[in-house]
Amino acid sequence: MDLEYSPEYRAFRDEVRDFLEENKHRAPNQTRMIPGRPNSAKGWQQLLIEHGYAARTIPKEYGGYGAEPDILKTRIIAEEFARARVPPGHSGDNRLVPTVLELGTEEQKQWLVPPSVRGEMTWCQGYSEPGSGSDLASLSTKAELDGDEWVINGQKIWTSGAQNADMMFCLVRTEPDAPKHNGISYLVFSMDTPGIEVRPLVSMMGDAFFNEVFFTDVRVPKDQIIGKRGEGWFVANTTLRYERGGLGDPNEAENRLNRIVDMMKRETVSGERLIDNPIYRDRLLKLQGQILAMKFNGMRVLSHNIKGEEPGMARWIVKLNGCELNHQMAGLAIDVLGELGLLYDGSDYLRDGGFWQARYMLDLGLIIGGGTAQIQKNMIGERALGLPKEPKVEEARARA
Amino acid sequence: MDFALSEEQRMLQDSISGYLESGCPLTRVREVAEEREDRADDIWNELTNLGVHGVLVDEDYGGVGLGHLEASLIAEALGNAVAPVPYVASSIMAPTALAAAGSDEQKEAWLPRIAGGEVVVGVGVSEQIGRRETEGVSSTDGKLNGKAMFVLDGASADVLIIASDDGALHLVDPNGPGVTRNKLKTIDRTRTVAEVVLDGAVGDVLPGSIDDREPLLTTIDVGRVILAADTLGAAQSMLDTSVDYAKERRQFNRVIGSFQAVKHMCAEMAAELEPCRSLVWYTAHAYSAIPEEGRLMACHAKAHLAEVGKFVARKSTEVHGGMGITDLLGLHYWFKRIGFNRQLLGAPELVRAEAARVQEWV
Repeated sequence: MDLEYSPEYRAFRDEVRDFLEENKHRAPNQTRMIPGRPNSAKGWQQLLIEHGYAARTIPKEYGGYGAEPDILKTRIIAEEFARARVPPGHSGDNRLVPTVLELGTEEQKQWLVPPSVRGEMTWCQGYSEPGSGSDLASLSTKAELDGDEWVINGQKIWTSGAQNADMMFCLVRTEPDAPKHNGISYLVFSMDTPGIEVRPLVSMMGDAFFNEVFFTDVRVPKDQIIGKRGEGWFVANTTLRYERGGLGDPNEAENRLNRIVDMMKRETVSGERLIDNPIYRDRLLKLQGQILAMKFNGMRVLSHNIKGEEPGMARWIVKLNGCELNHQMAGLAIDVLGELGLLYDGSDYLRDGGFWQARYMLDLGLIIGGGTAQIQKNMIGERALGLPKEPKVEEARARA
Repeated sequence: MDFALSEEQRMLQDSISGYLESGCPLTRVREVAEEREDRADDIWNELTNLGVHGVLVDEDYGGVGLGHLEASLIAEALGNAVAPVPYVASSIMAPTALAAAGSDEQKEAWLPRIAGGEVVVGVGVSEQIGRRETEGVSSTDGKLNGKAMFVLDGASADVLIIASDDGALHLVDPNGPGVTRNKLKTIDRTRTVAEVVLDGAVGDVLPGSIDDREPLLTTIDVGRVILAADTLGAAQSMLDTSVDYAKERRQFNRVIGSFQAVKHMCAEMAAELEPCRSLVWYTAHAYSAIPEEGRLMACHAKAHLAEVGKFVARKSTEVHGGMGITDLLGLHYWFKRIGFNRQLLGAPELVRAEAARVQEWV
């Protein structure tokens, strides 16, 4: 166990700190993340790329900084930006860009990566469908080749940021007769293509974070496919791997817990500080123990990643536990606030700007999105513990 | 920055686990439990040879002088095998108390014998965490009066370290005048606890513990870390056993592990337990390397492992169906070991209340 940073990394941290101290007045005022629309303050993004604090490992020829991957430096950058409360830069789209860099053709890389990295080309993800949620590979939006063009018909759902995005990366069925995992292709196209209709899907929080996207004879040039025809499932798994890597930041969870601690020291019920109520306090302490365990689990995963080792079980549980803990934290914050916890929509007496009420609903969505808790448990059971899959319905029928 | 075990730590882990796999099979545990022996002498002796009892004892006193992380890795292996030997009090808490507060003479008298496996030391500190069935232990003019309950590893210990209510720690001869010792029967037959009645008994106080509660608190902290590590090992064994069983046992023409109801129980156990490993590692490491965090982390490790251990013990038993509750299967030895660890040195609610005080929330 060595929890110290070596001199190289301490120096790097100082360098990031100095940069932020000197430049943070130039950072855009970003109060709310809008999906599909990375922080579009282009001057700021450009400055960050020049210093290697954004698009750090993306090669120079595609608009990045071109550094060797260094997980610890990436972490230090994230920590220091969070500490300074300065909006971080981006790397285009953390799902699309790595996928194109890994599997795209040279023309595709030139076409898609530099503008994405500059923030001039933003993305939404067309995966889930009304009939294909957890069983994503059963998706039925189809694309048929007609001359030099794909013709797409079907519907996507849960498409975050579709109303703002310039482009979509999309899974479509191109080989209807192949087994379900082998009949999918990964297409990219402009959201301005005729035949695309975006309808906002209002969530329980009252906002239209998600959308339904309808395709009617949408024509897309034949070469706008990443990877080979019929291999889209495997291309998508490359993307999912990148997305999963980004879930559940344990430092963020700890910061959030500390906000609850502060609130419980500040707020009172019948004149008694909330933190003096032993039942509230015990719930808080239970969560603190769980969050610390996940924080150290995160450090362990990070160390494995740095060494290029497979973290095993420690990685499989991150999404399940991280989302659950966030939801429980928001639930605790609302409970300790009592009646104040049901205020919403900028009401009088609202605490923390309604953050906890919104998080309680949003975090429930995150337990479901990106692979439900139940799917996570299947993966932990099957891939990490080696338990057998559920037999297919046909097999079970044949046996009976 | 490397949050991982060193090569040496992995070797230590492998050597202890490797020995216990052959030297401490369930059949041996069962013999000790059924005969109600206080410890398995053969296992004790082999652990002595492996340096286990001297893990925290300084090399100057014949120990191997390793850190708390090494001590936890050993505890994890012992819990994994439900090894019927004293460890938490005798090999960890006692040397901690002696090192923190003992005179040179006391250290010379006891530390080499602890490290050499020549003596078992029982430790009685429960009254200083939460008194039950006793008014506590008073110390006046070198005489101890009162009753110490749940003296860990205490049933046939050669010497005891008892805390009096002022926080002082006293070496007490269990066979000396004014001392009555009574072994208490618990759910767990792999470790022992005793009640010790003191009626004007003469204690040999550890001088560093007079007017300073810190040695007592440190002794409790370290005991908590070790109990947490023991639970980690025991719970991991229960999870592994469950997964193996779920891959073999067939019902409705399928192995039961293919049913989501069973699979998800296994996944939930794994999801709860895996972060505990990092929590225990960090806590044990912190206790040696980041002392300002040690006490809070010890509270959290103890409380959190108690909760997760309880969850795993219950779910694992359920995965095994009716067999889970039989003596035949023997899963109950792990179930009870985890239960024992949970209640001793402060059940989770009490320990969490302490964590709040450590953070000055109250």
